[in-house]
Amino acid sequence: MVEEENIRVVRCGGSELNFRRAVFSADSKYIFCVSGDFVKVYSTATEECVHILHGHRNLVTGIQLNPNNHLQLYSCSLDGTIKLWDYIDGILIKTFIVGCKLHALFTVAQAEDSVFVTVNKEKPDIFQLVSVKLPKSSSQEVEAKELSIVLDYINQSPKCIAFGNEGVYVAAVRDFYLSVYFFKKKTTSRFTLSSSRNKKHAKNNFTCVACHPKEDCIASGHMDGKIRLWRNFYDEKKYTYTCLHWHHDMVMDLAFSVTGSSLLSGGRESVLVEWRDATEKNKEFLPRLGATIEHISVSPAGDLFCTSHSDNKIMIIHRNLEASAVIQGLVKDRSIFTGLMIDPRTKALVLNGKPGHLQFYSLQSDKQLYNLDIMQQEYINDYGLIQIELTKAAFGCFGNWLATVEQRQEKETELELQMKLWMYSKKTQGFILNTKIHMPHEDCITALCFCNAEKSEQPTLVTASKDGYFKVWILTDDSDIYKKAVGWTCDFVGSYHKYQATNCCFSEDGSLLAVSFEEIVTLWDSETWELKCTFCQRAGKIRHLCFGRLTCSKYLLGATENGILSCWNLLSCALEWSAKLNVRVMEPDPNSENIAAISQPSVGSDLFVFKPSEPRPLYIQKGISREEVQWGVFVPRDVPESFTSEAYQWLNRSQFYFLTKSQSLLTFSTKSPEEKLTPTSKQLLAEESLPTTPFYFILGKHRQQQDEKLNETSENELVQLPLTENIPAISELLHTPAHVLPSAVFLCSMFVNSLLLSKETKSAEEIPKDVDMEEEKESENSDEENDFTEKIQDTNNTDLGEDVIHQLSKSEEKELRKFRKIDYSWIAAL
Amino acid sequence: MAGYKPVAIQTYPLLGEKITQDTLYWNNYKTPVQIKEFGAVSKVDFSSQPPYNYAVTASSRIHIYGRYSQEPIKTFSRFKDTAYCATFRQDGRLLVAGSEDGGVQLFDISGRAPLRQFEGHTKAVHTVDFTADKYHVVSGADDYTVKLWDIPNSKEILTFKEHSDYVRCGCASKLNPDLFITGSYDHTVKMFDARTNKSVLSVEHGQPVESVLLFPSGGLLVSAGGRYVKVWDMLKGGQLLVSLKNHHKTVTCLCLSSSGQRLLSGSLDRKVKVYSTTSYKVVHSFDYAASILSLALAHEDETIVVGMTNGILSVKHRKSEAKKESLPRRRRPAYRTFIKGKNYTKQRDDILINRPTKKHLELYDRDLKHFRISKALDRVLEPTCAIKTPEITVSIIKELNRRGVLANALAGRDEKEISRVLNFLIRNLSQPRFAPVLINAAEIIIDIYLPVIGQSPVVDKKFLLLQGLVEKEIDYQRELLETLGMMDMLFATMRGKEGTSVLEHTSDGFPENKKIES
Repeated sequence: MVEEENIRVVRCGGSELNFRRAVFSADSKYIFCVSGDFVKVYSTATEECVHILHGHRNLVTGIQLNPNNHLQLYSCSLDGTIKLWDYIDGILIKTFIVGCKLHALFTVAQAEDSVFVTVNKEKPDIFQLVSVKLPKSSSQEVEAKELSIVLDYINQSPKCIAFGNEGVYVAAVRDFYLSVYFFKKKTTSRFTLSSSRNKKHAKNNFTCVACHPKEDCIASGHMDGKIRLWRNFYDEKKYTYTCLHWHHDMVMDLAFSVTGSSLLSGGRESVLVEWRDATEKNKEFLPRLGATIEHISVSPAGDLFCTSHSDNKIMIIHRNLEASAVIQGLVKDRSIFTGLMIDPRTKALVLNGKPGHLQFYSLQSDKQLYNLDIMQQEYINDYGLIQIELTKAAFGCFGNWLATVEQRQEKETELELQMKLWMYSKKTQGFILNTKIHMPHEDCITALCFCNAEKSEQPTLVTASKDGYFKVWILTDDSDIYKKAVGWTCDFVGSYHKYQATNCCFSEDGSLLAVSFEEIVTLWDSETWELKCTFCQRAGKIRHLCFGRLTCSKYLLGATENGILSCWNLLSCALEWSAKLNVRVMEPDPNSENIAAISQPSVGSDLFVFKPSEPRPLYIQKGISREEVQWGVFVPRDVPESFTSEAYQWLNRSQFYFLTKSQSLLTFSTKSPEEKLTPTSKQLLAEESLPTTPFYFILGKHRQQQDEKLNETSENELVQLPLTENIPAISELLHTPAHVLPSAVFLCSMFVNSLLLSKETKSAEEIPKDVDMEEEKESENSDEENDFTEKIQDTNNTDLGEDVIHQLSKSEEKELRKFRKIDYSWIAAL
Repeated sequence: MAGYKPVAIQTYPLLGEKITQDTLYWNNYKTPVQIKEFGAVSKVDFSSQPPYNYAVTASSRIHIYGRYSQEPIKTFSRFKDTAYCATFRQDGRLLVAGSEDGGVQLFDISGRAPLRQFEGHTKAVHTVDFTADKYHVVSGADDYTVKLWDIPNSKEILTFKEHSDYVRCGCASKLNPDLFITGSYDHTVKMFDARTNKSVLSVEHGQPVESVLLFPSGGLLVSAGGRYVKVWDMLKGGQLLVSLKNHHKTVTCLCLSSSGQRLLSGSLDRKVKVYSTTSYKVVHSFDYAASILSLALAHEDETIVVGMTNGILSVKHRKSEAKKESLPRRRRPAYRTFIKGKNYTKQRDDILINRPTKKHLELYDRDLKHFRISKALDRVLEPTCAIKTPEITVSIIKELNRRGVLANALAGRDEKEISRVLNFLIRNLSQPRFAPVLINAAEIIIDIYLPVIGQSPVVDKKFLLLQGLVEKEIDYQRELLETLGMMDMLFATMRGKEGTSVLEHTSDGFPENKKIES
């Protein structure tokens, strides 16, 4: 029973990972990256998200390790605070309130009690680098108002500022000049590129800067692809620079390795270039990284690099330029043509991914599952190139088939079109290309749909195109005695008065096909491909078309561009109702009769949920988003919720996700934000010694349980077995090769002794109890009594066992020693 | 982080015959040897014993040919009238033949005069065969009777009068000496048992039966008549297994390949079809110059002999495979290089590094990988590639265009190089599948080389040729459009009442050609 609260629109997953440079932990085991309002901690070995540090109330704009304690992390945010985290446990240690928007954060080991941030004071694009003194205080929230300006009029991006040579100077670039501020002298030198003075459109603007960690050397990247290495900049007249040129497009980021022996650079070519010894000849490449390199960072240990890419991906790269791990978020840097789909098998969200790929994205774990390479072509990333776009995709037959359409239109008349049909292979657990159809239509394909009826014996696909035709494709058996082959062929071509076909849709049972031709909706019998009837409302081109489901399967819905939503009754072939609603997105719920429509009035977007049988909506929510909603999809829930309130019942069996124009993925939720944000990986606490692999989790849990059990039992019995690892004698015994060991007779006493010594306290208590009394009976009875009293004392304060020993008198100790010597018999019982 | 992805070469469906194992096997024959006989060749029969001679029955003669001889090594010509169905005995030493006058004659291969003459049929004997025990002869005649003869005393043992029309074909079982089968023009095929003196099985073929064939196991019976070839399961009491209708004229002869995996049928439509005996699908087909009357395969399918109505005997010998072996083999690395290091066991501190597998790339792909665009284009414009596989050249041009570097690759060429490009354009521009890509390339070339036109007569000539080609193509397109308009009109009048027009394959998808001015 879920507590009824208001339904709110919440952002779900798919946050940006590439907004700022990622930061490595000191031991290179973890990597931190900003992600919206959070900081995410990933394991470099397993790519698993270990922690999400949440506490900021606005976009996190910078993270840096605390130079004085490498187990702590500073982060700054647009909400005007700097927070200090313990990243191992994911705890917020301290909050420093600065009070103005912070755009970047820098730390320097020499400046112990202050950090540097970028703020903008007056005008929107004038930024200043200021040093913030962090007051030492034990309280959780501290005001840090002590700001001192270091550099004025700088670039907002943190890539344009770099601290060099152990914090002696700071270099900042903007437009055509490089400014260097020396902390000791408190002076600023400014170097302007000579060619920029007279040429107005020179392309050698500075884009990024990096400082050599050991020497006085500054590297700067430029718009025209050049890298300049500046030296001797202490003197404004004698400075020199050398040029490195390989990139043909803008240098996006630069980084020196820890020792400074090599320089890394990256840009739109998606090639990581390593310049050895800062010479043009000595360079190494890591090509085909998939997308534009946005940021490069180097681990403090020097064994790893990482690159952040424009396709929301972080790549971890070994020192020898071998990619070792990929942390991939929802790819978002391109426009989505395919819309949102759900893979019926994995229940993953499917949409355009990397160029030419289809991404499968798990909504539960906010992680990309895999990329399906549709284009299978070398991707050339260059400005102004017209790429092949993956424009349409559809799943059919319960995920057994996938149809994709790719097109490239260079000029009005030159259209390349290709349709591919992929079959799911159980053996490889992936999609395999089955049929490739070159130019299935003469013009762009506007819609693509499979017949998903349960009883249909032959997979059927319908494509509608701007050339005025819709085509029906069926799977045919093409096998002969030599090979088995099935492929798709065209079965029927239909048209209606040469109007452009804009939409197509199969009814739930697959008996009817609806195809809209501009303003007219036509219905076709799927058995004989005969035209059954037409509907025309004369209210503009049909934008969306869908059949009702389950009990509402006799209705057909159409939304037009002029803002009319119509519902036709298929039995009476008449208009049932129509409403004035400018529908942007219309999605039927696969599990119920409900249909969600998102309309776009003048500003914002409204959601309407309704059943086709009645024109009154079940649920209305106004203003779900400030911007245009482009796509929506219902995702079936694994476990149905049980909202009793009538207004929320539509969310019981499916969840509605939608994507806005700025490509944020949103959904509706009734849970409080804290609940919503509880990551599944919360339990996956980081352990120091082991990489957190899934395998480890299984073993670790198992071991933990065992440990607990052991603890319980030991507590009950009050007998703590010695930990064998801690006894030197035993470890010696176990680690010495057997052939050099003396005979077991000699070892036995040593072994037993070691056991006894280690549990001095316990043996001291227990010996009197266990010892066979026959031998000792003659001796003093008083001793025994003494012992009993001691035992009572012991049980009273077991914690102080050792203290008790010290309390024993020397004579008593002697007695005990004696006991110990003859106390071998119990060993045999072990 | 994948490696280089090679350029996708657009493939087009191969027209004509598909290359399969069967086409390779059945095409592996030399050009046929043609031998002229005196009349229509009604029967060809191979001896089952080496040297695998074959007897050819044509007109009133029987010729026996050796395997590679073009001249008959022996001739039996003592027939008063047309001879029929000369058949070797299993041991290859005796030959039996029927004749138009109703006689059946038995010859010794070494002799010339008939050894025995079986008189008893009143009309032409079209089919004779030896039984499995070698001592009897079965004959069927136009007097509707089937007779069994004893060789040693040349007497008639049995007569079956069950057929109601001419008996024109028959064969004896290879396993059972008492069983034999005859097919007749009364549309039936009957199996007789010499022990019961009446037919034990009868199947209805539906057409006059021209030829029958028993599988070596005796389990399946094939009958041919009319346009049909039918296969019957004898073990199920003559149930029809499959009916094949692949010829469009009467099927006259049947034959099994030596392996028993393929069935061949010859027909008056001048074709021999090869069927798989597992799926009964046609896997290959031969064409001949005239209607086929008889067909035989030698031991191990070494020779195919086909007799035709015009008296031509066509003999095809299998190509010898010894030639391929004679080529000097390239020296391969020794065996020990392959096993080198294979038995090395990993020590404790060793780190195993696998050699990265190298993906094979075509030469043009290697150039493209390294962005040597002009070189890649040069490579695919070389005559071997441009003529043999123009689709590769076109795919590379398309890829260069996709990368936005086609103009760079085409620029800066001298007379020889540009004429090579132009040659390719002239050859392939009018092909519908290549046209969209090549028109674009042609436009770029014209843009680039317009300023220098007139400097080389060779190139100018090529440009003029291209212009002529384009003009011709535009005319052609106009004509096609006119035809299309006419057809549309016809369709419209045909189904004027219907509100829709259903078009199927109106045009071949040829895009409108643009005028190129040069």
